[in-house]
This record gives sequence, structure tokens and C-alpha cells, in this order.
Amino acid sequence: MKPLTLSRLFLQCTILGAILFCVMVLALKFGAIHVSLYGLGRDLLRVFLGQSKQISSEYSLIVLNIRLPRILLAVFVGASLSIAGTSFQALLRNPLADPYVLGVSSGAAVGSILALLVEPHLALAPEIAAVFTPLGGFLGAVVAITAVYFLGRREGRIDSNTLLLGGVITASLLSALIALLLTALPSSNFRGMTYWLMGELSAVPSRPLAWVLRVGFLIAAAVIYMTASDLNLLLSGEKEAMHLGVDVRRVRIVVYVAASALTGLAVAMSGSIGYVGLLVPHVMRMIFGSDHRILIPASAFGGAIALVIADTLARTIAAPSELPVGAITAIAGAPLFIYLLRRRLA
Amino acid sequence: MTAATRSSSRNAANASHAANEPRLSVEQVSYAHAPNPQQAPIFTLEATSFQVKAGEVVAILGPNASGKSTLLQIISGALQPLSGRVLLNGFVTHDLEPRIRGQRIAMVQQESQLLFPSKAWEFVMQGRHPYGKSLRFETDQDVVIAKNALAQVGAEHLSDRWMDQISGGEKQRVILARALAQQPLLLLLDEPTLHLDIGAQVDLLETLHRLARENRYSVVVVTHELNLVGEYADQVVLLQKGKCLRVGAPAAVYQRDLLEQVFQTQLSVEMGSNGRPRVNILPGT
Repeated sequence: MKPLTLSRLFLQCTILGAILFCVMVLALKFGAIHVSLYGLGRDLLRVFLGQSKQISSEYSLIVLNIRLPRILLAVFVGASLSIAGTSFQALLRNPLADPYVLGVSSGAAVGSILALLVEPHLALAPEIAAVFTPLGGFLGAVVAITAVYFLGRREGRIDSNTLLLGGVITASLLSALIALLLTALPSSNFRGMTYWLMGELSAVPSRPLAWVLRVGFLIAAAVIYMTASDLNLLLSGEKEAMHLGVDVRRVRIVVYVAASALTGLAVAMSGSIGYVGLLVPHVMRMIFGSDHRILIPASAFGGAIALVIADTLARTIAAPSELPVGAITAIAGAPLFIYLLRRRLA
Repeated sequence: MTAATRSSSRNAANASHAANEPRLSVEQVSYAHAPNPQQAPIFTLEATSFQVKAGEVVAILGPNASGKSTLLQIISGALQPLSGRVLLNGFVTHDLEPRIRGQRIAMVQQESQLLFPSKAWEFVMQGRHPYGKSLRFETDQDVVIAKNALAQVGAEHLSDRWMDQISGGEKQRVILARALAQQPLLLLLDEPTLHLDIGAQVDLLETLHRLARENRYSVVVVTHELNLVGEYADQVVLLQKGKCLRVGAPAAVYQRDLLEQVFQTQLSVEMGSNGRPRVNILPGT
């Protein structure tokens, strides 16, 4: 009998954090332009020591202004999608649930596109205009998860199969809606939007937007983490959790909203990147067990690591041209998804 | 008389007073269930009343769809009755804050499905959840309580086994241990013997009877096992189609005509040497 302790949690998170750091450094090295590991280490040290002026401007542009923001965005998106996936899996009692499968990502995409279409027609203050798209993404995600939740209920209970089917149908309906909306966009935007929909991480958030992303992520992730022990009990069903002292209604609303916020922010920045939210929690569960007090931070680190690797592959496989990272995660994720599905059916 | 003996005799007096007072009081509770508000209710539970003292085992008996599980859910506070109320030590169970309710009432459901398998001790540790706040890590005291709970149901050896790799009877013990880890006043069980073989059924009822006496739990159990109830229950609540037909000691409730009418089968009732009734089903008569 070895219950989770704070020191064990801290140790495991430190190890994952160290792995993430190494992966990020390697991701800074790889790309269309060659950068030596030695040069990278020397220059990173200079940045830490406040001597960034000594770094050559070309180098600084590539590594610090192009690669680094992109890697940081991958960390943010990967962690967000994985935390959202972990939450949805516990809340809906369905190991195959994630923002992408449930249509929440599509909902966020529709919301973001609508916001993009509407924004020029509204005379918004620049600060609000900057965060208008993520707000649209969040609202789209909330509407989609609400719809899927009610589609998945039968006689007052969540039915796993109906729920997944509801998610698939919602996602396909929303995809059709996205196709219609795209035709309304000016043709110059069309290729960019299509690329964005497949999932890509090249967008560099403006300063106010970067703050919204950071604060939004921290609040939503913290709110979900505060319900970690409640989520552990919800795995045994809502009734059981209620009899063990969980305020099921409160936890449900709080986690749905927070997980939708994470999905909405991630999708608004990077389009719908599939499979990260589904598979990372599974892999982490195999390693760390299903206690959400460790599973949630582990998934956040795992998602960040996975997406930084996937994006580095997307940047380097066909360099100098770039592949959408959503395609990489789907190619790697789909076979694993089928494996899990078959194992569950067996 | 010394101060110490005065205090102990006062405690004893309080204890005996508390023992005579009912701990759980089900007062004229009724319920109606309709799939949607426009339709007439498809199921109703008519006014039902009974009381349970500390250390008592009460069984709710009746054929399928007679309202047993509904009554249990109302007692647990999960369902709000249409009329009447359920009091546990003077507090309305439905109005209790979820965490407080989890500290006072433990429920063992018909089946406890696990989405992702956990070890038996992790499962039992869930019973300590009502005593913690959001992110609290289990204390040494929680570990001791969980170990004791497993020991009380004779399942210490299962502690490190996976829940999906133990037998139905063993699983039921671990589920019961989780309920004990809640340190409740009231222990509710919904058909706990459902998937158990006869040996495990007797074992479970014996354990419940012993725990009720030793730990002063009030136990309410829904079951179909007439003979086990006759042997181990202090009181029986007999339901049929949402009506409470009789409340009383098994010997008083187990009357041949009544049981035959309720369960729609021929049977005989005889008194054992210990004053407990035995029911024999008479097939084909």
C-alpha cells in the first residue's frame, strides 16, 4: 500500500520536465538551417546570462525568433490538448474520448472561423480584436461538448457508445459547416485556412494574445487539477462518486468549461491537431497509473513532449517545405487508436 | 464515586440512551418517477416508514420492480422523496452537503465498474475521499484505516491485487471494505449478493451482521435472499409494487400467505430452533 506523496509527485514531474527540456533543445537544433549543438548550447547560455547581443543576428532570428516561439506554442498546445483529453476521458467515462473524437476541436474550429469572419465587421478595440478568435474557439468548443453530452445521454445516463457516435456525427456535421464557411473567405485566405485546419504551429501570437493564452492555460489547468481526486472517483461512475462525497454536478460543469477553454485556445492557435489528447493520456496511464493527481501533470508534460517531437518532424522530414503537424500526429496516432479500440472490444 | 467513574457511568447512560433512539428514521417517504414531466408516473413508491437503531441490520425485501432500490436511493439522500423525509441522527439525508453525506452514509451498489483497473488498496482508499479536500494526499492515518477496513472483511491478502483479477466474492469484500473506510454511521447495500455463490452470500451476510454489532453501524440491505434475511436481519421491510406491506422482525413478517402472495409462488415457512424463520420454496405445487 503506497499512496501518492507530494515528493513522489514532484520527482516524477521533475523527470518529465527534464525530458521536455532536452526535447525542446533538440527541437531548436533541428530544422532547415543547420545549427550545431555546441553553438546552440553556447548561445542559450548567453541568453540566460543576459548577453544576447553577442549572438549573431541571423542565428538569433532563426533559433530565437522563429523556432523558439513555435516550440513554445507546441508545448502549450500539446499540454492543453492532453489535459483536455484526460479530463474528457474521466468525465465521460470513456477511454476513447478526446477533444478531436468528440467533435470539440471541430466546434472550436467553427467558432474560430466565425470569429475571423465577423471580426472585420465589428469595430473592436485592438486588445479585444486580438483575443477574439480564441474566444470564438472557446465558445465553439463549449457548444460542441454540450451538444455531444446531450446526444450521449440515454435515460439520464451517459451511454459510452451513443456518446462516441454523437461525437463522430457532430464532428462530421461541423466539418461540413467548416467547408461552407471556408467558401465565404477571400480566396487569399483559403490556402492558409485549409492548412490551419489540418493543424499547424506557425502562428506567432501577438503580445496580448500570448498573455491570454498563458493566463487562460494556467487557470484552466489549475481548475482541472483541483478536481483530480474527484475525477479519480468519477471513473467508477457518477452515482458511486456521489456516494463517496463528490459534488458531481459542480465537478462536471467546472471540468467541461475548463477543458473546453483549453481546447478552444489550442485550436484557435493551431487548428485541430488530432490524437494527442487521446493517446498521450493513455500512454501516461500505462506508465503512471490512473491517479489523476499524477496523471494530469504527466499528460501535460507528455503532450508537450509529443507535440514538440511531431512538429520537429513536420519541419524537417520534407525540409525546406513544412508538413502540417496534424498530419504527422494522425499518421502516428490512427494505428494506435485502432489498436486500443480492438483491445477494448476484446 | 470518583470523577472518572462518574464520567464513565454518564457515558454509559448516554450510550444506552443513544442505542434506544433510532439512528435512521424513514418518515412517510413516497416517490414518483415519470420519464418526462408531461407523462403520468410509471413508477410510484407509496408512503413508507421505518426506523433503524445503531447496530441493527434491516433488510428490504420484495419482488423485482417493487421499489427496493428506489427506497435505498432515497435513504442515501441521492433521490429527493416526493413527500416525507429521511433523518439520520436528526439531519435530512438529502440536504447534507455531499462530503458530509459521504462521511455518514456509505453505499455498496449492485455493481462497481472500473474504467481503468486499480489495485484493491487504491480502491479502498477511495473511501477516505470524503475526509479530504481537493488535492489532499492520503495520511498515515488513512492508510491505517484502509488496512483495518480490509482486515475487517478478511481481505488483507487482496491489498496488492488488481481489481479486475479477483473473483466476484473477493471483489464484493473489497467494495465493502471501501464502504467501511468511509467510517459511516449508515451502511447501505443494494443487492450485494447478486453475483455471489451461496457460500460467499452466507459469508457476506454474516460479516455484515458482525460488523453492525461490533462497529455499531446501522445496516440497510436490499436483497432477494429470503433465508439469509430470515437468519441475519433484525427487521424486514416488505415491499410489493411500490407499497410497503409490512415492517417488523423476520419471524413476524414471514407468514406463508403473505409471502406467497408477494412472491407469487408456493412456499412453506417453518421456525428454526433459534427462533428464526426458514422459507422453503415448493416447486410445482
